[in-house]
Amino acid sequence: MTHVLELEGVSGGYGHAQVLHGIDLTVEEGHVAVVLGANGAGKTTTLRAICGVVGVKGGDIRFDGKSLVGKSPEEVSRLGIAHVPQGRGTFSELTVDDNMRIGAINRKDKEVAGDLERWYAAFPRLGERRKQEAGSMSGGEQQMLALARAMMARPRLLLLDEPSLGLAPLVTRELFAHLGDLNKGEGLSILVVEQNANLALEIGHWGYVLEAGRIAVQNTADKLHDDEAVRKAYLGF
Amino acid sequence: MQLFVEQVLNGIANGVVYGSVALALVLIFRTTGVLNFAQGEMALFATFISWKLTQQGLPVVGAIAVSMAIAFVSGAVIERVLIRPVETGRSPLNVVIVTLGMFLALNSLVQLIFGTDPQFMPSAFPSGGIELFTSNGRTATLQKGTLGLVLVLIAECVVLWFMLNRTKLGLKLRAVATNPDSARLHGIKAGSMLMLGWALSAAIGALAGSLVAAQRTGFDSNLMQTVLVYALAAAALGGFDSLWGAVICGIIVGVADALTIQYIDPLNGIEVVLPLALILVVLVVSPHGLFGKRTVERV
Amino acid sequence: MTTDQTGATVEPMLGAAPLELEAEPSPGRQTLWPQIPRPVFIARVIIGTAMAAAALYAPFYFDPVYNRLLSQAIYLAIAAMGLNLLTGFNGQVSIGHGFFYGVGAFTSAILMVDHGWTFEATIPVALVLNGIVGLLIGLPALRVRGLYLALVTLGLAVLFPQLATKYVEGTGGVALVRPRARDFASLIQGLDDDQWAYFLSLAIMAVLFLLAWNLVRGRIGRSMIAVRDQEIAATTVGVNLAGTKVATFAISAAYAGVAGSLSVMVDHVAAATNPIFYFQRSVEFLVAMAIGGAATIMGPAVGALALVLLRRNTEDLIEGKEILAPALYGAALIAIVFVLPEGLVGGVRRFLAWIGRRSSAKGRPPTHPIPDDSQ
Repeated sequence: MTHVLELEGVSGGYGHAQVLHGIDLTVEEGHVAVVLGANGAGKTTTLRAICGVVGVKGGDIRFDGKSLVGKSPEEVSRLGIAHVPQGRGTFSELTVDDNMRIGAINRKDKEVAGDLERWYAAFPRLGERRKQEAGSMSGGEQQMLALARAMMARPRLLLLDEPSLGLAPLVTRELFAHLGDLNKGEGLSILVVEQNANLALEIGHWGYVLEAGRIAVQNTADKLHDDEAVRKAYLGF
Repeated sequence: MQLFVEQVLNGIANGVVYGSVALALVLIFRTTGVLNFAQGEMALFATFISWKLTQQGLPVVGAIAVSMAIAFVSGAVIERVLIRPVETGRSPLNVVIVTLGMFLALNSLVQLIFGTDPQFMPSAFPSGGIELFTSNGRTATLQKGTLGLVLVLIAECVVLWFMLNRTKLGLKLRAVATNPDSARLHGIKAGSMLMLGWALSAAIGALAGSLVAAQRTGFDSNLMQTVLVYALAAAALGGFDSLWGAVICGIIVGVADALTIQYIDPLNGIEVVLPLALILVVLVVSPHGLFGKRTVERV
Repeated sequence: MTTDQTGATVEPMLGAAPLELEAEPSPGRQTLWPQIPRPVFIARVIIGTAMAAAALYAPFYFDPVYNRLLSQAIYLAIAAMGLNLLTGFNGQVSIGHGFFYGVGAFTSAILMVDHGWTFEATIPVALVLNGIVGLLIGLPALRVRGLYLALVTLGLAVLFPQLATKYVEGTGGVALVRPRARDFASLIQGLDDDQWAYFLSLAIMAVLFLLAWNLVRGRIGRSMIAVRDQEIAATTVGVNLAGTKVATFAISAAYAGVAGSLSVMVDHVAAATNPIFYFQRSVEFLVAMAIGGAATIMGPAVGALALVLLRRNTEDLIEGKEILAPALYGAALIAIVFVLPEGLVGGVRRFLAWIGRRSSAKGRPPTHPIPDDSQ
């Protein structure tokens, strides 16, 4: 089992306020890693640090063995990491089709058109709305779009920041079902940050609980899911 | 009827001027989200460069091409050096101030470097007019220069539209204009795209200025002052969204202005009321301009 | 166009400055003295007193020419404050307040020259008249947003000289009205004319600034800010959107009108012979506001003073090459925006806040605002 992504002693944050204090985290190839924790724990900051949006002051981040520290978000993306940020990153004024094409913007192969059809088939609601302005779709639809758009890049690693935020429970369930399929079907490595621990742990292999910028607990997803003490202390259910 | 046609032709002649500057304004707005109040003065500077080159013996077309290239590079540099550092800051108002500062500085620099005397810019088009029809002994003619400008504008619109909507580069530009942060996450160099947007607008402005200056019997540093307000009106009418809209609205504003001067006497001397009124009326009826797209707001 | 957290599109509020109110009273209670750290509070009191003392002593120290300059800064500050209410606190961008300024100026001048009024009596007329005109313009402005509002107001500023030329019969047939210098004679014995002009302007400015300060801290002010920051959310908590916006427009117009009126006393003329003059004034109001610090109370005054001194010094700097003055002026504007993006007052505040943190949080890690959606 190789590590697709490895964080070692990562510290960083925003200016005066350092949010992360020595994070050790790995994502195995073909696995789903789940990062949980309360607001302010540093979950989003961790993802941003991986992508180069936030500065890393200490430690290292390695993708397939190569260090990511100091790279710009554009460079990180080109290496094969797709990041679906909080808020979905929708290109609101552009059509759904344009949004999808942006996902594949750096691909040089000829299979883009084929992939488009494939993902439209996987997300039929998107397929119906190709020419619609992306900003006029519902939150759930935009989240599906963000996912499909990320997949258009044929990434090695998918990062998701609180995908369930603002979504109805049924839609969230559908979303995680898709994620589970992508992981099992494609062998896609996924790192998902969530507050909705239940659904995330169900599709996950390994879980981390973040507290105040440090890993408080880590275990297999099943064990975390069933551990009542952890659930009550850190996950609030 | 004769008079009417003549006024319409006059209006079109002015309208293409407004439309060409409006085109640059809309392009920069669509690609970078910035309203560049200095657009006219940037075009003015480039126009003087064209003129200077023709003075040195370059053929007109060549001179314009060179000044467009210079404008292209300058536009990119301006974005990187003056606009980008300010735009990432807290207040969008600061970008407006920078463009206003540029407005003042460029106009004064032009006077300093090139002098205040009116100059003559040779035309890239053959002179003379095309006679349309004659009645009562008077002939309505369409100047070849005007027709040339119209054709150039149409060509610009076609090329730009194609580039923006049918190429990868255009998609990148539009992506950055809509959501630069997300664009970066998809591997698009947002900074480069912003620079490109400014560079293109500057080049288009240079072309516009050079062609427009040739239409007049002489031009000086005041060339763009009055044009700017009308060009802004045209861009606003078009909704800042559509390149074609900018050009068409430019012509609408020009024709409406000419007809107002001729037929609506009470507005004599305060013709600028017209573009104002036009904007207000259109926006009340259609809040995104004549050609703008409707955007939905979700709470 | 910008996108908010959910990816939805939000209309650009061009110029919406995210700076906070000077003092946040606790909910429901209007405290007079704000809850800020002691050292900062003391520093502010000291600075404020020093500034007030300087302002009161200045006209006795400087010559009439310089006093005139200071008076110009004062009326510019009043106009900038008006614009600040509209743009800084309420988020409606106007680059046409020169229009109201012009109306105020010509109102005073015409009342004096054609109808024999005393100058001081014309000031309230300018205020009320512009308030009404502002109301009338603010109403259709409701339908016009952000960028488009800026453009329409620009059009107004360009329109004004044309209107004046058409309807005003001034000296020599041009739009220029020049009251006699002795009509502005000092009403207080012992004060020279230029000193009187300064003190009258200063007094009016003090009153108007105090009113603005009070307005902003009260319920209406909070409505204004709510409208600026999140219009839709504001309506859901019962803010009268249209009423707030139109009222703010009217008030800001009134301020600009008073500034115009005072300008007649200071400059002894109301003129519209330069077609871009009122556009330039509009830009100055905006710049003074931004340089001083939008959405602050002292900002417009500080900015206005800086602007007037800047203008004067760039003009002095080059003899023979006066053409260069606007270039230097423009370059200086850009430089200021680079160095102090939050304006002068914002910069001072940050400095004071830094002092406050240093002295009150020994040993504790400093708390620093973290971006909203971070974890």
